[in-house]
Amino acid sequence: MGLLAFALRRTLQLAPVLLGLTLIVFALQALALGDPVRAAMGQRGDPEVIARIRAEYGLDAPLWAQYGRYLARLLRGDFGRSFRQQVPVADLIVERLPATLRLALAAMGLAVLLGVAAGVTAAVTHGRLADLAMMTVALVGISTPVFWLGMMLILLFAVTLGWFPISGYGEGDWRHLVLPAFTLGGLHVGYIARMTRSSLLEVLREDYLRTARAKGLREGVVLLKHGLRNAALPILTLIGIGLGDLLVGAPLTETVFAWPGLGRLLVAAAANRDLPVVLGATLLFALITVGASFLVDCCYVVADPRVRFAGGRR
Amino acid sequence: MRGLLKHRGALAGTVLLLTVLAAALLAPVLAPYDPARVPTDLAARSMRPPGREHWLGTDLLGRDLLSRILYGARVSLLVGLAVALLTAALGAGVGLLAGFYAGTIDAVFMRLTDAIMAFPTLVLAIAAVAILDQPGLLALILVLAAVQWTAVARLIRGQALSLREREFVSAAYALGARDLRILVRHLLPNCLAPLLVSTTFGVASNILAEAGLSFLGLGIQPPAVSWGSLLSEGAVYLTAKPWLVIFPGLAISLTVLGCNLAGDGLRDLLGPHPAG
Amino acid sequence: MASFDTNSDLLTVENLQTYFFTDAGVVRAVDGVSFRIAPGETLGVVGESGCGKTVTALSILRLVPDPPGRIVGGRVAFEGTELLALDPERMRKMRGSAIAMIFQEPMTSLNPVFTVGDQIAEGVRLHQGLSRRAAWEKAVEMLRLVQMPDPERRVREYPHQLSGGMRQRVMIAMALSCGPRLLIADEPTTALDVTIQAQILELLVRLKEEMGMAVMLITHDLGVIADTAQRVVVMYAGRVVEEASVRDLFANPRHPYTQGLLDSIPSLEKGAGGRERLKAIPGLVPSLLDLPPGCRFSDRCHLAVPECRAAEPELRQVGAHHRARCIFA
Repeated sequence: MGLLAFALRRTLQLAPVLLGLTLIVFALQALALGDPVRAAMGQRGDPEVIARIRAEYGLDAPLWAQYGRYLARLLRGDFGRSFRQQVPVADLIVERLPATLRLALAAMGLAVLLGVAAGVTAAVTHGRLADLAMMTVALVGISTPVFWLGMMLILLFAVTLGWFPISGYGEGDWRHLVLPAFTLGGLHVGYIARMTRSSLLEVLREDYLRTARAKGLREGVVLLKHGLRNAALPILTLIGIGLGDLLVGAPLTETVFAWPGLGRLLVAAAANRDLPVVLGATLLFALITVGASFLVDCCYVVADPRVRFAGGRR
Repeated sequence: MRGLLKHRGALAGTVLLLTVLAAALLAPVLAPYDPARVPTDLAARSMRPPGREHWLGTDLLGRDLLSRILYGARVSLLVGLAVALLTAALGAGVGLLAGFYAGTIDAVFMRLTDAIMAFPTLVLAIAAVAILDQPGLLALILVLAAVQWTAVARLIRGQALSLREREFVSAAYALGARDLRILVRHLLPNCLAPLLVSTTFGVASNILAEAGLSFLGLGIQPPAVSWGSLLSEGAVYLTAKPWLVIFPGLAISLTVLGCNLAGDGLRDLLGPHPAG
Repeated sequence: MASFDTNSDLLTVENLQTYFFTDAGVVRAVDGVSFRIAPGETLGVVGESGCGKTVTALSILRLVPDPPGRIVGGRVAFEGTELLALDPERMRKMRGSAIAMIFQEPMTSLNPVFTVGDQIAEGVRLHQGLSRRAAWEKAVEMLRLVQMPDPERRVREYPHQLSGGMRQRVMIAMALSCGPRLLIADEPTTALDVTIQAQILELLVRLKEEMGMAVMLITHDLGVIADTAQRVVVMYAGRVVEEASVRDLFANPRHPYTQGLLDSIPSLEKGAGGRERLKAIPGLVPSLLDLPPGCRFSDRCHLAVPECRAAEPELRQVGAHHRARCIFA
């Protein structure tokens, strides 16, 4: 079975998830029904005006109809209008999305690179000092709050050493990206290092690595080509799950570094009770997560032929 | 050698956790000052660096940071533990039912958790907090439990799914036991070990979640104090008065490290699939 | 210990000692093993599992997992080159080209994420410097040589798509692809169905004739040896206990352990009546951490006398080309 067929089948499987998560966002919206308008209007809102706005937002129809209309609007790219700024939520999201994606990709790239390197080193030096040191750092890494790590990095590298700017987007200057990416990716360096280590340690016991050595392959080739490729599945799974976790850190990291992304949009909107923006951003975070795990699933197929054939039989 | 190291880690984690717990419980005894006391002397109402009088320095209003961290521990740990217990109860209940009855119930359960888990937990919590409009402590605990229970439920469902095929379940049926009895007497006890491990890790992630929400100004509100809200207050003065950020963050990191160490140790001790 | 005429040998193993340093203590998996293999010869190495056969083979290739294992003494000479003294890089170049090895488990010895062709071609490209394309063609050719049905198709398949017998053919193709002078075959048929076993052995014998290499055939099954090897080394608990030509060994086994092994082979002639029972050797292989004093086989030996436990017998000459480690031999 080819990658394309696999991708197609996975897409079909996504439908219920997408339906489910829009339902959740819709439920949250329904939960807050009425109040947002009142909140946006203030305590002394004229009942007639409130009723008009409720009608304008379609809040007077039965729930199932509202959900249908909600879905239809989403499909048209209509995420509603911001209470506060009176602009389409979609515009706000489109404006903020690139910064978040840029940060998330940089963070994930960094985490994978450092995490795999540390994990391989630890596995190869299994039981020795380097292993212990790597794993201690990884454990401390996953125990540190994302935003606190960010502030410590600012103190050390921006304030004390002056290597990088303290915060801001800096018109896309890469130096502005370094500290936020380390902050957001830091947690995952630890996770990925731990998973790489345990997964590779398991693979290192496999007979086919002995076969590879008996062939006369260099130790590096044995480890990185024959070993790591087989250890890749659990690591990929973790990256897939990890992207969701990574985005958990996005609102925090973006707040610490004044990064103009989706996370800060969400936090600001939450503080302002601008519910359409909150729900739009929330939905988008979920869509990014789902999209990322879809991509990772496709990577499975490339990484391990057994998945491809098992999938084909089912 | 490795086993010893592991257990040494677990021991260190447990000691760390017990220390933090004791510090939180004994806060009124241990705290050198009233955490809310604002000095009457106007000159003292400033952020003083750590020194002999105030070991960890003082905050914007001249309040003793050490005392505030000790009292903050009570809220942070309370939220961490309460959410973990709620999550364990909810997760175990739903997970057992889904795994035991399989079929339609399970399919609905899986799709529901798929959908919930698509949201980054903190994002969902932020949305919920926004809708609830400055929830109190109890509401905050409920919100965090509502976004965190799915992982536990999935874990227990997996256990239940494999347990229901085991001989002792068939044997219990053969002896005329009813579903409820089998669930409570046979499946639940066999799920306790993984539940305990995941709850230990859960306390860590709950403390982090609370700290995150409070840091964003969406969690614990003044005058209540948690480690996250201390960080939120201190963040503004990060570059000028770094101790306001360093010490509360250390408190969180050490506590979470303790949970992770203890969790790693428990997992090794109980095995990854103690029932299998 | 007799010294060998190294010049005429392809491989000389002398007093090889490979120990495993475990938490429970030092396991002397190979404890002073000596033997030699002439060019083009097939040497059978026989013994129950855990007797040190596989570790001996891995020691020759210096593939003993370290830690916990380490070659602590002895020498291994291949075509006059001291393998144990070789620097790691030159040793690596010997593997797969001069000395190749096939393993017991064809199921787990092939890498699941690469095609069969990739795995054969990899070694060829490395040792013979062939282009990607030439190496691929060589892989097809090798598959044809090991009588893989439909080699052009199979070369593109992954191990999990092949049967156990086919996988072992792939392993053989891989091992022979660079024309080694010595092939170490570690229980090559143990994991296979009985009918397939015969096919694979036949294939090995034929390829050995065609390619003129020497074979070190490791097995627990003396029946396998009878049809394929010229000489046999019998190992027990990390030691060589008997060494002889195949004919001598079957006609006149001198060590009680060898006699026990021979008695436990189902024999077609004797078994025709259907009544004769196979005799298993009583008892278990002793733990290498807790060996009996004196002769290591004394615990299970029906001939054992107190003298056996007093001191371990030497491996001594008992015939023209026949040696045994037993006071009664």
